[in-house]
Amino acid sequence: MSSACRTPYELYSKESGKSYGNQPLSICDESFTPLEVKYDFDAVRGLITRKTIEAGPLNMWRYASLLPIPEGLEPDLPVGLTPLVRAKNLGKRLGASNLFIKNDAVCFPTLSFKDRVVAVALANAQAFGFKVVGCSSTGNLANSVAAQAARLGLKACILVPAELEQAKILNTLVYGARLVRIDGNYDHVNRLCSLIADQYNWGFVNVNLRPYYAEGSKSLGFEIAEQLGWRLPDNVVVPMAGGSLIRKIKKAFDELIYLGLVEAKNVRFFGAQATGCSPISRAVQDDTETITPQRPNTIARSLAIGNPADGPYASRMIRELGGWAEDVSDIEIVAGIQELAETEGIFTETAGGVTTAVTARLIAQGRIGAHETTVFCITGNGLKTLDCLQGRFDVGRAVRPRLADFEEYLAELDNIRPVATVVEPEPELVPAD
Amino acid sequence: MSIRVMLPAAFARHTDGTKQVESTATTLPILVEDLGVKFPQLGTHIKDEEGKLRKFINVYVNDEDIRFLGGDTYQFQDRDEVMFIPSIAGGCSGNSA
Repeated sequence: MSSACRTPYELYSKESGKSYGNQPLSICDESFTPLEVKYDFDAVRGLITRKTIEAGPLNMWRYASLLPIPEGLEPDLPVGLTPLVRAKNLGKRLGASNLFIKNDAVCFPTLSFKDRVVAVALANAQAFGFKVVGCSSTGNLANSVAAQAARLGLKACILVPAELEQAKILNTLVYGARLVRIDGNYDHVNRLCSLIADQYNWGFVNVNLRPYYAEGSKSLGFEIAEQLGWRLPDNVVVPMAGGSLIRKIKKAFDELIYLGLVEAKNVRFFGAQATGCSPISRAVQDDTETITPQRPNTIARSLAIGNPADGPYASRMIRELGGWAEDVSDIEIVAGIQELAETEGIFTETAGGVTTAVTARLIAQGRIGAHETTVFCITGNGLKTLDCLQGRFDVGRAVRPRLADFEEYLAELDNIRPVATVVEPEPELVPAD
Repeated sequence: MSIRVMLPAAFARHTDGTKQVESTATTLPILVEDLGVKFPQLGTHIKDEEGKLRKFINVYVNDEDIRFLGGDTYQFQDRDEVMFIPSIAGGCSGNSA
């Protein structure tokens, strides 16, 4: 799509009303509230149509006209446009006939939805002339910044909690990024990055580039609508860490409605968290937008943000639109991972286990109707969190490469299986005299 | 007793660029008042309509969120390092046009 079609945009503060043009800045110096990207959609009304979008590239840049991409910049990394998969088998098991998976476990290039936000953030980092980019990360963001910075020829300095999964650490280092492990949790890392961004002239994707970065999440919402045939779903289930993604999907839907690309609909939004880090889900269930920070303790490390900055907004939005939020235990998370893999052939990370388990619970509770169109967002890949499955499967003994041995082994497995799944006989309901 | 207060870049416009100050405040509400005395312009910006610290400004004492320490009732200790950091995330909900 030519940049001539792009929607004019700039940073502004909703609280103070002050506009800031476009610059690497995330806080209003009047109200000290976060800055946002405001678009002038009226300037492009009628110019952006389903046809112009459909004629675009087969990746998230087909929506470049609706994202904050600087004039003259044509990002070419084929990020996004991930599959929207009809979850027939899982739906059957859960009792939902119109269940869809938005599968960002296969997002290019680093297998998580963070590729979308980083793509937008780094386009702006280039425009602002940054030579070094960085982020605070629970892992997926680290991988994505490292990979995309490498391709763009930018240096990357990435800060992560020291306890991060090995896979996510290696997946960052392999791209040649500088990685700094911080002795603390994500909230500590994030705070340190705020201090660094004040001192160094670096483009931190989720600090001073944050307003632009966060807009990248909208592409996931645009895709859901287009892939449903330019219709909005009834329900969306979204994992929540900082609480940004769920709000940006809503923003994407609102923009499509405003531009007349989809019919208006009251979509309900459902948030998913791990019980070991559930400040937003707690707030939703307690009917408040006051977030009480928590010290995270969950295997879903990519969702382990104890003081979620977008939490108050997310809680308010979910409640106002008639949605809900749930949180699930670590055991349920692993069961969710296995259930999605066994039914739909999709291997997701712990965050996806959270979303799958929460979706199942919402359907069981009747909060999500059996025949409503429901999309649940799988945002990361299971290959990055293999540690949570360690010891869960018996890989079996090695078999000699002979047919007889193979048959013997099969018989052995078949004999073992009933033994392995044998259940205790039900106790007598009436005790025998 | 004295604490060291670190101010973020977003405050700089209202503090003539000062990024660090000492204070003898014993609690957060007293510190907010003290900052208002030291930097009158900042005082009017960091408080909400009720005179309390705006909710988007997070406060940390040494490495800990002050909310984990008792919030407004926490008594500062000598040489505590107190940081004000505006919450970075956010955005409007819905009305994007």
